[in-house]
Amino acid sequence: MGDQKELRFSGTGGQGLILAGIIMADAAIRDGRNSIQYQSYGPEARGGASRAEVIIGDEEIDYPKVSNPDVLLVMSQEACDKFACDLAKGGVIIVDSTYVQKLPELNGRVYKLPISQTARDEVGREMVANVVALGAVVRITGVVSKDVLLEALLARIPKGTEDMNCKALKLGWELAEP
Amino acid sequence: MSRVIELAQLMQGNEAAAEGALAAGVRFFAGYPITPSTEVAEIMAERLPRLGGKFIQMEDEIASMAAIIGASLVGVKSITATSGPGFSLMQENIGFAAMAEVPCVIVNVQRSGPSTGMPTAPAQGDIMQARWGTHGDYPIIALCPSSVREAYDLALRAVNLAEKYRVPVVLLMDEVVGHLRERVVLPPLDELEIVNRREPIETPANYKAYRADETGVPPMANFGIGYRYHVTGLAHDEKGAPTNDPATAEGLLLRLHDKLQRNLDDIIIENSRSLDDAEVVVLAYGATARSARHAVKKARQENIKAGLYQPLSLWPFPAASVDRLAEQAHTIVVPEMNLGQYRIEVERTVRGRAEVVGVNRANGELLSPDEIMQAILEVVNK
Amino acid sequence: MMEELERYLRVDRFPLMWCSGCGNGIVLSCMLRAIKKLDLDQDRTVLVGGIGCSSRAVGYLDFNTLHTTHGRALAFATGIKLARPELNVIVVSGDGDSMAIGGNHLIHAARRNIDLTLVIFNNSIYGMTGGQYSPLTPVGKNATTAPYGNIEPEFDVAELARAAGATFVGRSTTYHTGLLTRLIIEGIQNKGFSLIESIAACPTAFGRQNKMKSGTEMLLAQKESAVHINRAVKMSPEELEGKVVIGKLHRREAPEYTELYDRLILDVRQGIKRRFD
Repeated sequence: MGDQKELRFSGTGGQGLILAGIIMADAAIRDGRNSIQYQSYGPEARGGASRAEVIIGDEEIDYPKVSNPDVLLVMSQEACDKFACDLAKGGVIIVDSTYVQKLPELNGRVYKLPISQTARDEVGREMVANVVALGAVVRITGVVSKDVLLEALLARIPKGTEDMNCKALKLGWELAEP
Repeated sequence: MSRVIELAQLMQGNEAAAEGALAAGVRFFAGYPITPSTEVAEIMAERLPRLGGKFIQMEDEIASMAAIIGASLVGVKSITATSGPGFSLMQENIGFAAMAEVPCVIVNVQRSGPSTGMPTAPAQGDIMQARWGTHGDYPIIALCPSSVREAYDLALRAVNLAEKYRVPVVLLMDEVVGHLRERVVLPPLDELEIVNRREPIETPANYKAYRADETGVPPMANFGIGYRYHVTGLAHDEKGAPTNDPATAEGLLLRLHDKLQRNLDDIIIENSRSLDDAEVVVLAYGATARSARHAVKKARQENIKAGLYQPLSLWPFPAASVDRLAEQAHTIVVPEMNLGQYRIEVERTVRGRAEVVGVNRANGELLSPDEIMQAILEVVNK
Repeated sequence: MMEELERYLRVDRFPLMWCSGCGNGIVLSCMLRAIKKLDLDQDRTVLVGGIGCSSRAVGYLDFNTLHTTHGRALAFATGIKLARPELNVIVVSGDGDSMAIGGNHLIHAARRNIDLTLVIFNNSIYGMTGGQYSPLTPVGKNATTAPYGNIEPEFDVAELARAAGATFVGRSTTYHTGLLTRLIIEGIQNKGFSLIESIAACPTAFGRQNKMKSGTEMLLAQKESAVHINRAVKMSPEELEGKVVIGKLHRREAPEYTELYDRLILDVRQGIKRRFD
């Protein structure tokens, strides 16, 4: 209800999408907004389709699940095949072109960005693809401010990985340059 | 930045349950890993030693339940956390805690069952098990949060009630509430009401461990402080001595029930939304109450007189409140992530005065607001 | 005997529920002698029992006493000891209670080397339920659930406890009361998990089904079959066939669990990084 934004980050287990969701929800709270984060996953710690969902709003958030995301990030072909059709009318879909080749016709804004490729080539660690993605998502959607995103990121990553993650965030931001 | 924003934080339901228990003074945790409750154990393992408390990972859930009873007997507030299969294993010792009146809290983050079911999927299938899981006629308290903040508040309350009434208390979460991360602003620690068990005022020589005073609850002497007495799961007299005397055994059992029955006003806790003029009441608890709340908001937008009644304490059953609802509403809709466990109890109290309609799902999916709205519309358009 | 030990008894709970000829009373008196010898403070001592004839012992004793669920005495005791390491905790359990339904708790208590003293009253049978075979019923013996003779091999309690990590293991019989008392004393003194097995007669449920008519006869049989460890080490496996080795069977040094945990608390609170060499 109200001005509620629903986001879904989807891909493969191990891509750090749940952490990305947590950082996004945390950033929204730092922006003075309400947010919740929920996920659905199989029992495996790695592999398999994975998704994290975030709802950001200014009022009470009731149902924690996202049916038709306003913002959809897809980081694997499997996730794309499964979730692309859920996109809300006029929504934003951000596609990791490293892994997603086939995209259905969609009523929304489509961004194809080499997210994992960038993490691998520019940071040297594909592990930070989730943070590259966050940078791109936030620049494209403006759903939270850049400052709080950085704050939330630094609060949620392991000590000693700050430089790598800040770099990844910056790369994502640049990747989404209009 | 306002003070509230400063204090606002993103917290997971399981984490909130752990923090609420710690805030209540819990300093002992024994448990066994099981999805989707494991985070509670992990947080306790990290936090307790910092607070001077103890954490132990036992060899199974039976032992976990036993260990927290042992720790509670020596005066340390104790808790365990588990999910479906582990909750089943704990039942015998939960009965022991009820019979021997040892304060303790069991967090059960419900997952899809029966048996191993779907370990990562939510359910509300343990509602009746929480009430009747162990053998015999025993009293119990079960609390059920629908949000992260409620998980914190009710964990704290669970510990308080366990201490006050010397009874096992089940914090009946579900996977959604356990794993959900949500914005919370927690109350300052110095504003919390913390309840400790009442200790005896008489000398050890005059102490009878199971003699209740006017509250119905016997004051409890912790083991090791000079009051030597016997604790047993056998039927026992006021001194704790085993008995086969029918009158003594019956007296004990009735008192165990009575100590809760006479304090229902203190134990029962509930929420409501748009209930005043509601003709259709949605009675929902746990994560399902979130969907129900949303459905009620939508119904109100369509000028349907719908309201939400959310029991935060499932057991003892809030019969007086449901009684009022039965007089007020023409229909009570009971959505649950099970095949209608709590609905049976609602029907029993309503006794035909209102129509009781279930909306049920036991497939590992949270009921959606639309499904509940659909049920409301069907009722209204009938 | 009764007089010197009476301070430890809840005489108002007498008479004991045990049958005439039962060995449990002998084990109990050895336990109380050990407690007296060590002058344990009754207020600071917790006795925990499981379910079964022997576990009922705790109800007659004037300590902090806890009569738990079947097989789980060690798990309750673990909670007590970890929460309040300054208390003495002694656990009383039977062969079925400790070795069958409670077997898992026994090996884990031993593995942790938590400072508990477990006294097993081994009467080779489930007495309270009327004579069913237990994990310590010898092969070939009769029980109501082994009417054609028991075909299951029995556990060697001492070996099991040793392998699991216990730091003190002893065995005696109710015939060898001096030894039994000394073993219990040493077990309580050991800072760690101690197990003392005592062979005890059950004429009612075991003897009657196995052509041993009285407690006295069974006591004499204990005398006949027992070989002290000092003598046993010099005997061949053939000579030891059918014998019961008694004495102090195992002793080793190892860190005690609650002490390790208290150390952990200190380190964590002082921000000391923990290293394991």
